Amino acid sequence: MVREPASLSVALSQAGPIALDVDIACGPSELLALVGPSGAGKTTVLRAVAGLHRPAAGRIVAGPDVWFDGAFGIMVPPQARAVGLVFQDYALFPHLSALDNVRLAMRHVAEPERTAVAASLLVRLHLDGLEARKPDQLSGGQRQRVALARALARDPKALLLDEPFSAVDRMTREPLKEELAGLRRSLAIPIILVTHDLEEAQALADRICVIDRGRTLQTGTPEDVRLRPVSALVARLTGQTNLFAGEVERVSAGGQPGRIRWGGRCLDVADTGKMRTGARVTWLVASDYVVLVDPANEGEANVVHGRLTDVTRLGERTALSLRVDADGDAPLRFTMATRDARNHGFEVGRPLNVRLLPEGIHLMPSVR
Amino acid sequence: MDWTAFSLSLKLAFWTCVLILPVAVVLARALAWGRFAGKSLVEAVVMLPLVLPPTVLGFYLLSAFSPASGFGAFLKWVFGVPLVFSFPGILVASIIINLPFAVQPIQRAFEAIPRNVREAAFVSGLSRMATTRYVELPLAWPGIVSAIALVVAHTLGEFGVILMIGGSIPGETRVLSISIYDRVQAFRSEDAAIMSAALLAFSLVAIALVHVLARVRR
Repeated sequence: MVREPASLSVALSQAGPIALDVDIACGPSELLALVGPSGAGKTTVLRAVAGLHRPAAGRIVAGPDVWFDGAFGIMVPPQARAVGLVFQDYALFPHLSALDNVRLAMRHVAEPERTAVAASLLVRLHLDGLEARKPDQLSGGQRQRVALARALARDPKALLLDEPFSAVDRMTREPLKEELAGLRRSLAIPIILVTHDLEEAQALADRICVIDRGRTLQTGTPEDVRLRPVSALVARLTGQTNLFAGEVERVSAGGQPGRIRWGGRCLDVADTGKMRTGARVTWLVASDYVVLVDPANEGEANVVHGRLTDVTRLGERTALSLRVDADGDAPLRFTMATRDARNHGFEVGRPLNVRLLPEGIHLMPSVR
Repeated sequence: MDWTAFSLSLKLAFWTCVLILPVAVVLARALAWGRFAGKSLVEAVVMLPLVLPPTVLGFYLLSAFSPASGFGAFLKWVFGVPLVFSFPGILVASIIINLPFAVQPIQRAFEAIPRNVREAAFVSGLSRMATTRYVELPLAWPGIVSAIALVVAHTLGEFGVILMIGGSIPGETRVLSISIYDRVQAFRSEDAAIMSAALLAFSLVAIALVHVLARVRR
């Protein structure tokens, strides 16, 4: 059956039991990651889309189909939504084989064809040879793939993945992620991935939606959310650590960089956005915009001096913390290749100059 | 050996199982997942036969089944025979006294099914009926088998209530346990010993069989 690709739009609001104020849209073939801390309401959003939770108000539309409309009292049951949902712990039917788990979700397919179609789905997910195994005879990664096959068996209009990698170990996770990345290229449906793992979201998603306490705070490309969070809260929720307080001294205009005051020094900022002169701001510099400077270039703009307070090797990368001279703020954190860190002989207590690239500095309204 | 009593006991156990299971499954499912007013009361009423002395239960049933009472007359009209001192009477009594033994294991089995497995069935397009048929009942199967084993064993051993409601009419209400009692009263200990041994062996085999069945099915 050929179907026009359709998008999914979800607007939800309710006061309790979990407060929700959510507005998201996901295009066909798009993978949208819902990111936020535990208890942020991410799973509740997925459950509402799947028809397992009835929100107080809102509207959920998949292509031409209205699945939920609080104002008109429309609540299409999950059975009639054609949505594929991969549960966090997979929720496979424990008494059925892998093949029957998939077959049971294919009641829209004529009985004689079900087995062949289900088997081909299992092959597509590299589960051939495991058709007869029951869930307790499969590894975590294999169970996840059966759950994915079952979700796709309905020929869904949207695919929902609830923390799909949280129940498998790290060794299994990487190949599974690659497989999902490959699989999604062949799916012309919206995919919503719920995760609290920002790296996972950055690696897989076309767009990221940051959600906290049931509210969508920002939706944008992974790069946008990482480099240009709308608030310090979003920056913190997405794992940014280089957040500092400052004051706008000059706004950027006509290609001229702006300038902020940070403690006793000034920093150039490529774009001060909508900030006004004199505004107190929280500013952010992503760790990949912190670069080492040659002692000969110390006079350049945005070079700051400090002393290393922590050097932690994390395999290929090394994390460094730099306490900037005469500043009470938290240290600047950045990473570099472990080989380079070793070659430079970086160790705790060593003085160091770094440059904060003006295009990597982003200003947000002050939270103080 | 009183073969008439033996076959009557088997007949009573068989029909009790057949008739109690649909009721028990519906009740157990409602008690496991349902949210309704008076749930605790229903649960208490279902469990009541566990704690009431059989004579007390027998007395109330006898009063209710008596054709002299309005309700008893209604039951006589429904069943075609009075429910006192008749096989339909001891069958209805057997169903009532066996309810806790049938409902409890099935209810526990339903409760053990994770909510998200049922939700996965809904999301997979299965209606509530299909979810019950293809997911819930197969997963609750060990509980259903336990219920069958308990009901069979309990029915074969039931004495007090059946004696109160049915008396000891050969071929109609004199089940094996009552026949054993009659023989002991008549000082025919040898007969009683043979029948007791037969009842013991049969109960053991029946329970072993259903447990084997439960394992095979899983």
